[in-house]
Amino acid sequence: MGIIVKISGPVVEAEQMRDAKMYDVVRVGEEGLIGEVIRLAGKRVAIQVYEDTAGIKPGEKVENTGAPLSAELGPGLATSIFDGIQRPLPVIKDRVGDIIKRGVFAEALDKKKKWKFVPSVKRGEKVETGDVVGTVQETASTLHKVLVPSGVSGEISEISDGSFTVEEPVFAVKGAGGTKRLPMMQRWEVRRPRPYAQKLQPNRPLVTGQRVIDAFFPVARGGSACIPGPFGSGKTVTQQQLAKWADADVVVYVGCGERGNEMTEVLTTFPELEDPRNKRPLMDRTILIANTSNMPVAAREASIYTGITIAEYYRDMGYAVALMADSTSRWAEALREISGRLEEMPGEEGYPAYLGRRLAEFYERAGSVVTLGKGKKEGSVSVIGAVSPPGGDISEPVSQNTLRVTRAFWGLDASLASRRHFPSINWLTSYSLYKDVLADWYSANVSADFMEMQSKSMLILQQEAELQEIVQLVGPDALPERERAVLDAARMIREDFLQQSAYHEVDTFTSMKKDRMMLKVILTFHDLELKAVESGIPLSKVLSLDVRGRIGRMKEIPEDAAQADITKLLDDTEASFKSLAPEMQAGATEGAR
Amino acid sequence: MSEIEYTSVTRVAGPLLFLEGVNDAGYNDLVEITLPNGETKNGQVLDTSAGLAVVQIFGTTTGLDLPNTRVKFKGETVKLPVSDAMLGRIFNGLGVPRDGGPRIVSSERPDISGGAINPYSRAEPSEFIQSGISSIDLMNTLVRGQKLPIFSGAGLPHNDLVAQIARQAKVLGKEESFAVVFGAMGLTSEEANFFIKDFENTGALERAVLFLNLADEPSMERIITPRMALTTAEYLAFSQDMHVLVILSDMTNYCESLREVSSAREEVPGRRGYPGYMYTDLSSIYERAGRIKGKKGSITQIPILSMPGDDITHPIADLTGYITEGQVVMSRDLHRRGVYPPIDVLPSLSRLMNQGIGKGRTRDDHRGVADQLYAAYAQGKDLRSLSAIVGEAALTETDRVYLKLADKFEKEFVSQGKYEDRTIEDDLRIGWRLLSALPQGDLKRVKKDFIDMYYKPQAASPS
Ligand SMILES: Nc1ncnc2c1ncn2[C@@H]1O[C@H](COP(=O)(O)OP(=O)(O)OP(=O)(O)O)[C@@H](O)[C@H]1O
Ligand SMILES: Nc1ncnc2c1ncn2[C@@H]1O[C@H](COP(=O)(O)OP(=O)(O)OP(=O)(O)O)[C@@H](O)[C@H]1O
Ligand SMILES: [Mg+2]
Ligand SMILES: [Mg+2]
Repeated sequence: MGIIVKISGPVVEAEQMRDAKMYDVVRVGEEGLIGEVIRLAGKRVAIQVYEDTAGIKPGEKVENTGAPLSAELGPGLATSIFDGIQRPLPVIKDRVGDIIKRGVFAEALDKKKKWKFVPSVKRGEKVETGDVVGTVQETASTLHKVLVPSGVSGEISEISDGSFTVEEPVFAVKGAGGTKRLPMMQRWEVRRPRPYAQKLQPNRPLVTGQRVIDAFFPVARGGSACIPGPFGSGKTVTQQQLAKWADADVVVYVGCGERGNEMTEVLTTFPELEDPRNKRPLMDRTILIANTSNMPVAAREASIYTGITIAEYYRDMGYAVALMADSTSRWAEALREISGRLEEMPGEEGYPAYLGRRLAEFYERAGSVVTLGKGKKEGSVSVIGAVSPPGGDISEPVSQNTLRVTRAFWGLDASLASRRHFPSINWLTSYSLYKDVLADWYSANVSADFMEMQSKSMLILQQEAELQEIVQLVGPDALPERERAVLDAARMIREDFLQQSAYHEVDTFTSMKKDRMMLKVILTFHDLELKAVESGIPLSKVLSLDVRGRIGRMKEIPEDAAQADITKLLDDTEASFKSLAPEMQAGATEGAR
Repeated sequence: MSEIEYTSVTRVAGPLLFLEGVNDAGYNDLVEITLPNGETKNGQVLDTSAGLAVVQIFGTTTGLDLPNTRVKFKGETVKLPVSDAMLGRIFNGLGVPRDGGPRIVSSERPDISGGAINPYSRAEPSEFIQSGISSIDLMNTLVRGQKLPIFSGAGLPHNDLVAQIARQAKVLGKEESFAVVFGAMGLTSEEANFFIKDFENTGALERAVLFLNLADEPSMERIITPRMALTTAEYLAFSQDMHVLVILSDMTNYCESLREVSSAREEVPGRRGYPGYMYTDLSSIYERAGRIKGKKGSITQIPILSMPGDDITHPIADLTGYITEGQVVMSRDLHRRGVYPPIDVLPSLSRLMNQGIGKGRTRDDHRGVADQLYAAYAQGKDLRSLSAIVGEAALTETDRVYLKLADKFEKEFVSQGKYEDRTIEDDLRIGWRLLSALPQGDLKRVKKDFIDMYYKPQAASPS
């Protein structure tokens, strides 16, 4: 048992702890606050405490549990809301009321609840780590697979069928070291990545239902993306949109040092929303980790590890998992604060020198993998991290280190947000390095010409940026008609395609098929508009065509009517140009089809 | 707890005292310091280790010496006795009466640092507060339980604006008990008197609790003042079922005090010398707003901060914006042109707006009208700077329409009287009058049905 000798914010130092190992979980002070060993230096041990340390005195005791910080993994995770060290917030509320108090010990999974376990192996079957021995219908949309835990292999000597708690043994494995009777639940150290058989090259997108992402800057399943942006630019809304509409089987949402009301919003809206693919409540596939800004910083540091461990666990069942972390900057600040209390030599802007390594280690836990076990299951964890750079300037260490390890970059822009262009993803600075590996998928699943339409649209937007510089000097009226037609097309792409309201019941989600049709209409209009202008028709006539208003409202067309309505709009577009200029040859429109 | 007095101060640095031979100082515990002349002051333990304690003193260190200063550790964190007898009272920044009335005695003595509200216990703020100010109600709607700061600058009329909000704020169709808690950090006595007068005139004073730390009072008290105010607000809201509006002014002074302590502790400074933990520290203030499931009361926070150099990327404004649920930004440019309230709607934002507006709350075209006005005003403003270079003649016909709309928006929509209390219906009417000047095809943000209902191009022209 150790004795506290110093308290400084979330960091406590203790002596007389000879048995302490790095990352051991300890109980601090008379109240037994939860902490973790983070430095061993001579006879002094530094501990980060996951709860408020006010009132603690030198001389109080520290007890070592000898075990590292671990997550409980098993049925009951889905629909839960935990704090950063996986304590269920509803249980804390029941115990101490509406204000979180320290010293509450609450286990992650409900140990009394019985789950119906359906075996999928027979006695005598050979199993190894990662194999599925049975399933539990965890929620209407999540089939929880019970996996053989790490280090266990051999022959099934017992297998149950029926209802059990997560701790009751449901199967036994006879191996080299004897027979092990095992429950549905397992534990895993949060700071250690869960192993897999093989990492795969990502080859399909995480379809998000957000046009600017799916069409222009896709993230692959098993890939990583970052969203940097100043306050109020839309990081949280974008992440919540992905949590709602991305085609993942399981979503882990880590609210890491952000607002309490944002977690409440997820808790109140998700149960009412349904997955557009299977019509089941979105909450059924969602796990929330809420360690808000005013909750202890050390637990904030731990929260992203708790989150990604849960994500990897579902990945190991063969699921596509998406993890959102809002915001990794607050995680980095927690790291900085603890490092400062340890009086470590500060690196850039006071962040510890190991910031870059820790960020890289975290994002490396994303990936598309072949899991352990005989089934060769394929699962993935996609990671989307928000970054909150001071003043919105991404030349700071957290943004820069994140850019190095993530492959899709969605740069949010204050000037777009202030004119209510949402999502305020800047189309000129953002990028996705997944475009090339996903090209085949797009050709096969959306359309052969999709990539071409995408680069064509991008080109128009780039031309717009160049033309805008000229306009700044001479005014728009001085531009030739042809250039003004380009500005017009760019405006259509921006307003009628890129802008997407999270709050409009239809607009909030768009399928890739509809993305393609919308772009098709806009690009066709533009081709015809260029031809019209070239044949001497004034642009003002083109701009007053009736179809333009309808193009502006394509986003409001519900998915099930999209095919018919947008095809009709495409025909009408061509027809209205014909009526505009009967002399325009029919052949002229051929290229657009 | 031993009530031993220590006389072992070995060093004084800025607001910090270093004591040796102390073994029983609890982290963050309250400390009582007796100066050689008998005067007592309070402080708080910032760092404690076997044999050494670092104490932050709330007040000046004038008159302090090493041998004769006595320090007593109280064995508990800083607490505030709360009761509803606080309504109508005025206290100093540490909670001591400054109105000549008696001290507050109560068995309820919550810790002033408050605890985090369990996110699972929070109820979603969704009740529209009509402030009577168009650029807030229509464009950046405030809801009950929100924290919405005002980003201002020296010399801008933020006090008038806040006083007007406090005067006019109401939840439509409801008569409920409300209270105002005012926490002043480093305000001039003139500013403080302005608020007291205004509260007196409207009869709000008897429903108000004021904590005043004035400009000439110890800066270290300012670390405590907002926490006193919020502890009181929490009691009134969650034990007494009141709807509490908390006004904190000026948060810039609070942050400056925080920086002072940090530099005295020789911590590694963050941006512009403010401590690296300022985000977390500010969140422990701002997050003390909201609603709790099953409780009637609420806490709505309007902190005021003056942006040094009108710079919205300055760490104080920046970190605040990252925590609060939006911001109302005042513009020097509008103020110079005589617009009151000089609210620049473009950088302003209310993140909880969607929960509070729409059918059954305000009106179902609210969102669309607001978005359309945003887009149009932004475009008009861009054109204003463009026409300054190339001249208005070089603009297209439609461009000129937008240019004119931007002017009218500022003159007819944003501008209003200090005692003019507009309803949301008034705001929407003005909004539609402005939008009706635009070509109908440009109104992409508004649903077609609403255009049919409210878009009246004839009504737009006269002005
Ligand atoms: N896709 C969208 N559709 C409609 N509105 C949006 C969208 N994205 C963002 N917004 C608007 O922008 C506001 C701010 O967005 P959000 O809260 O996501 O910002 P943030 O970048 O997370 O800010 P912070 O860093 O302070 O948390 C929202 O409250 C909403 O009004
Ligand atoms: N229960 C579910 N909840 C949410 N999405 C689901 C669910 N089941 C299937 N999907 C969606 O369908 C996609 C395809 O599912 P899955 O990968 O299981 O198909 P599969 O039949 O195994 O395909 P393949 O034979 O190509 O491996 C998933 O990635 C997911 O988007
Ligand atoms: Mg956010
Ligand atoms: Mg499969």
